[in-house]
Amino acid sequence: MYSRAYKAIVSIPPLLWVGLFLLLPYALMFAHSFWVVRNGFLVHEWNLGNFKTLASNPVYAQVLFRTMRIAASVTLLSLLLGYPLAYYLSFHAQARKELLYQLVIVPLWVSYLVRGYAWKTILGSEGVLNGFLRYFHVTHEPVAFLLYSPFAVVLVLTHIYTPFVFLPIYAALEHIPRQLIEASHDLGASSAQTFFRVILPLSIPGLLAGATFAFVLSLGDFLAPLLVGGASGTMIANVVQSLFGAAYDWPLGSAISICILLITVGLLFLTERLEKRWSFQ
Amino acid sequence: MSSTAPNSAHGLARGEEVLLEVRGAAKRFGNREVLKQISLNIAPGEFLTLLGESGSGKTTLLRLIAGFEQPSAGEIWMNGARLDTLPPYQRRVNTVFQHYALFPHLSVADNVAYGLRVKKTPPSEIAGRVDSTLHMVKMQEFAAARPSKLSGGQQQRVALARALVNRPELLLLDEPLSALDANLRKRMQSELKALQREIGITFLFVTHDQEEAMALSDRIALLRNGELEQVSTPREIYAHPATAYTAQFIGQTNVLRGEVQAGLATCGSIRFSTVAGPDGPATFSLRPEKIHFRTDSAAGASFAGFKGTIRQQIYGGATELLEVDCGGGQLLRVRIPARGWLSGEHQFVFSAADAIRVRE
Repeated sequence: MYSRAYKAIVSIPPLLWVGLFLLLPYALMFAHSFWVVRNGFLVHEWNLGNFKTLASNPVYAQVLFRTMRIAASVTLLSLLLGYPLAYYLSFHAQARKELLYQLVIVPLWVSYLVRGYAWKTILGSEGVLNGFLRYFHVTHEPVAFLLYSPFAVVLVLTHIYTPFVFLPIYAALEHIPRQLIEASHDLGASSAQTFFRVILPLSIPGLLAGATFAFVLSLGDFLAPLLVGGASGTMIANVVQSLFGAAYDWPLGSAISICILLITVGLLFLTERLEKRWSFQ
Repeated sequence: MSSTAPNSAHGLARGEEVLLEVRGAAKRFGNREVLKQISLNIAPGEFLTLLGESGSGKTTLLRLIAGFEQPSAGEIWMNGARLDTLPPYQRRVNTVFQHYALFPHLSVADNVAYGLRVKKTPPSEIAGRVDSTLHMVKMQEFAAARPSKLSGGQQQRVALARALVNRPELLLLDEPLSALDANLRKRMQSELKALQREIGITFLFVTHDQEEAMALSDRIALLRNGELEQVSTPREIYAHPATAYTAQFIGQTNVLRGEVQAGLATCGSIRFSTVAGPDGPATFSLRPEKIHFRTDSAAGASFAGFKGTIRQQIYGGATELLEVDCGGGQLLRVRIPARGWLSGEHQFVFSAADAIRVRE
């Protein structure tokens, strides 16, 4: 048994950490969202004005919906890429499994910024892709929508978050006892039937975890829209960033952050419930 | 190639009905030869047990028949048609897995209905068949439960029901009782046997437990290092083991090694008359319970006697096992009805006909 003094001492660092870097910032953000900026000065005057602004000015809702649409597209696309990849690795890659696994993971070691810039050089009007299209006379003018568009943001985010989606799905698939698949075939199920009746249901917790990663991380992303989004690809985090920066409206920025936080927490709560509902091990 | 002509060497008389025919099946994993040229016939309605130590190839043979593995050589036929070329889901064979392999996300009833659903059986028929099969294994009250809520024995029953509901022609059972505790195992053995008689489905049962094999089977196929050592009824394989390995694997025995000359066998200090086989080096199996304390009634050329000192006495309830030193370090095991503490030198006797000449 450990003494009370020992327990108290070892719990101080984590408590300090959580207090200083999590609770305090959230409390400050929460407080700011009810304050106001007047004549360039922050006034500690409690009111709901920021939230009223968010509700009445359609620009914010518009950007928020665009952000959610982009996050949803990224989630869907990275599931469509990550699931088959995880399935192939888990069930069919055999000897190449280790190598392929490493190849999926390696991009995670490369800086996000570098990968974002790489896409800029690929998608730009003088970029690799346009050069390629013109060289083969597919197009004569540079294709403009490739860069500085929601499309570019979705593309970059999908590229960046697919490994995050792949990992939990792969883990879930690896955990399925292979004898269940044999049992399914034994009972007369074809490979497709076995997939839909056994493999897919048993991989749902991993699928949900991966989808949550992709959606939540995309929702709060501001680098991809900054690098490749342009005006039409602006996301909510960019709005927050500018409100905290050039616009100097911390209260409104905090109010938006609170809204995003609520959406995220609600989503995490929901997926946690769903994951529990679908876990049987 | 014709599908008829079952070979009597495989344990079935010529002309008898054959459900499953394994013809020279072999299986290699890399350089390792797990099964070597196995030929085996199974009659409809039979309870055949594949018995062997771990690594003997018994589970591999089962997996070849189920279709989870492909034979490296040879063929498997069922009802006069090639079986080994079909994918597992097209074989009228079902398996009860060692660790049950129930689907954790499905209820007991949905597990049992699985095979019928994937074969697009009408829902009205599914409900009735699932219900009656669950009734048969006494699990109908657990229909709505998840497998994780069931005990090992209950999961075993569900696994059995899930296979049987498909009315397979052949049911494969891969050490289905090995995960159960001893008492439950005995009870499941007798239930399994009763069930098999009742429904008349052919059972191919895999086990490493010779007692279980003896208790359940119509015939036992003993596998050793990927080869069939002997295929016989339990009584026959016990009474007339073909090899020293079989004799030692099935029940306990004394292996006597020595010489036969002019009808007289000499194995260490023990001599007895024999008619079995030619002169020369010979091996005999003599069951411990065939050796008795000498009485006056056992005399003459058909009996053999020897003197031995009791080294150990192991009490086993109704019987006890003696380890007897009959000189020169030759130890024999003798099983006698329990009769209290014994020691010192005694006279023993056995009928020469009970010393079975076996191959090495």
